[in-house]
Amino acid sequence: MTSSIAELVAAHPFMAGLSDDHLAVIVGCARNAAFDPGDLLCKEGASADTFYLLRRGRVSIDVHAPGRGPIVIETVGPGDVVGWSWLVPPYRWTFDARAKDAVGAVAFDGACLRTKLQDDPAFGLEMLSRVSSQLLARLQATRMRLLDLYGDHRER
Amino acid sequence: MSADVDRVLEREHVAGDRGAMTPALYRVVERIRETDDVTTLCLEPLSGTRMEFRPGQFNMLSAFGAGEAAISLSGSPRDPGPLRHTVRDVGPVTRTLSESGVGDLIGVRGPFGSDWQVGTQHLAGDALDRRDVVVVAGGIGLAPLRGAVDELVVASREGGGRVFLLVGAREPAQIVFNDDLESWARQGARVLVSVDRASSQWHGRVGLVTALLGDAGFEPANCRALLCGPEIMMRFTARALVDMGVDPEAILVSLERNMQCGLGWCGHCQLGPFLLCRDGPVLPYAGVVRELLNERER
Repeated sequence: MTSSIAELVAAHPFMAGLSDDHLAVIVGCARNAAFDPGDLLCKEGASADTFYLLRRGRVSIDVHAPGRGPIVIETVGPGDVVGWSWLVPPYRWTFDARAKDAVGAVAFDGACLRTKLQDDPAFGLEMLSRVSSQLLARLQATRMRLLDLYGDHRER
Repeated sequence: MSADVDRVLEREHVAGDRGAMTPALYRVVERIRETDDVTTLCLEPLSGTRMEFRPGQFNMLSAFGAGEAAISLSGSPRDPGPLRHTVRDVGPVTRTLSESGVGDLIGVRGPFGSDWQVGTQHLAGDALDRRDVVVVAGGIGLAPLRGAVDELVVASREGGGRVFLLVGAREPAQIVFNDDLESWARQGARVLVSVDRASSQWHGRVGLVTALLGDAGFEPANCRALLCGPEIMMRFTARALVDMGVDPEAILVSLERNMQCGLGWCGHCQLGPFLLCRDGPVLPYAGVVRELLNERER
């Protein structure tokens, strides 16, 4: 059975508990998206115009280093979101996001979303709270990894 | 070690009750290079039978001429073969131990300390613990858990709880016991691995080990958890598990300080009210341990 885009949006953990009214608003900016392994969802330096809710498959967040090739910073999967840069000027991706497997996602038009957020402050606050929660979790995880937990920190 | 020293040690070695402070002599019969700084030593006693132990316990291993270090048993009590200890080279003693070759002698005292409570001796009658078991290992922290996971996987196949093994490592080359991970997965355990950094050739996950908790699929309200790895990792993992609804009483952590005597005599490994060589290394997270993990030590 094929789900409607509204059902796909409502079923994603990022949207859990969102009111029907707000769901109706956000669905207007959404479309279904699919990527083959190796496809880019975001490309470093390109215009950041999309926000993705991942439904299936994994995505690696990469940065390319001269002489080292792509370095994977993080992998994300179903239930996660990809892309914050559509929210903050200059709306440009700072990393690559590449499909590791066959990826299914709901893609939101960034400009459309920004307009909706500005037009309805209550909706804007709700969405920004959700995005902030994701950002905080990622920031904390990144800070933990900066500690190099598994390294040898004892003096020899 | 020189052959002369070997001969003297063998001549002076007397089987039997030698007291807990006197090492028994074991010979290295196999040496497995796990990573660039982690080595597993397989040891057989020079005389008598191999010691019995429970997963989670540790031995004091002597590298003659270098010193003694607390090293977890990384074998399975089910395996009748040599004792296994997995050693990370972090200093003079562990480096000497790591560099031991087949045929070298090593002093062994133990086994000491508490265990992961996974064997049938912890259950009433022939009951099986049917709760899900979440095992979270960071880096070399998988070594003290290896025997426990073996036990849990067997118990799961016999009707016990499902096993979820979440492994974190700095990078793919630092993952230990790859063959075991595959074997446990084949036997029905859900094995998830995440590394902190990787090239694009790595097809697994990249991120903090706690990020695996949400994807594992265990039932938080009906599970127990075994955690071993860097203390910060255990602290954050335990917090995340409690936030998910896991009972703090059902979480065990393995703590390590400066173990020396192994008997609770010398006090070097004191942590709050615990002498970790005797009361630990495996302790319940609930209560005092949770407070101690959050306390700032000098």
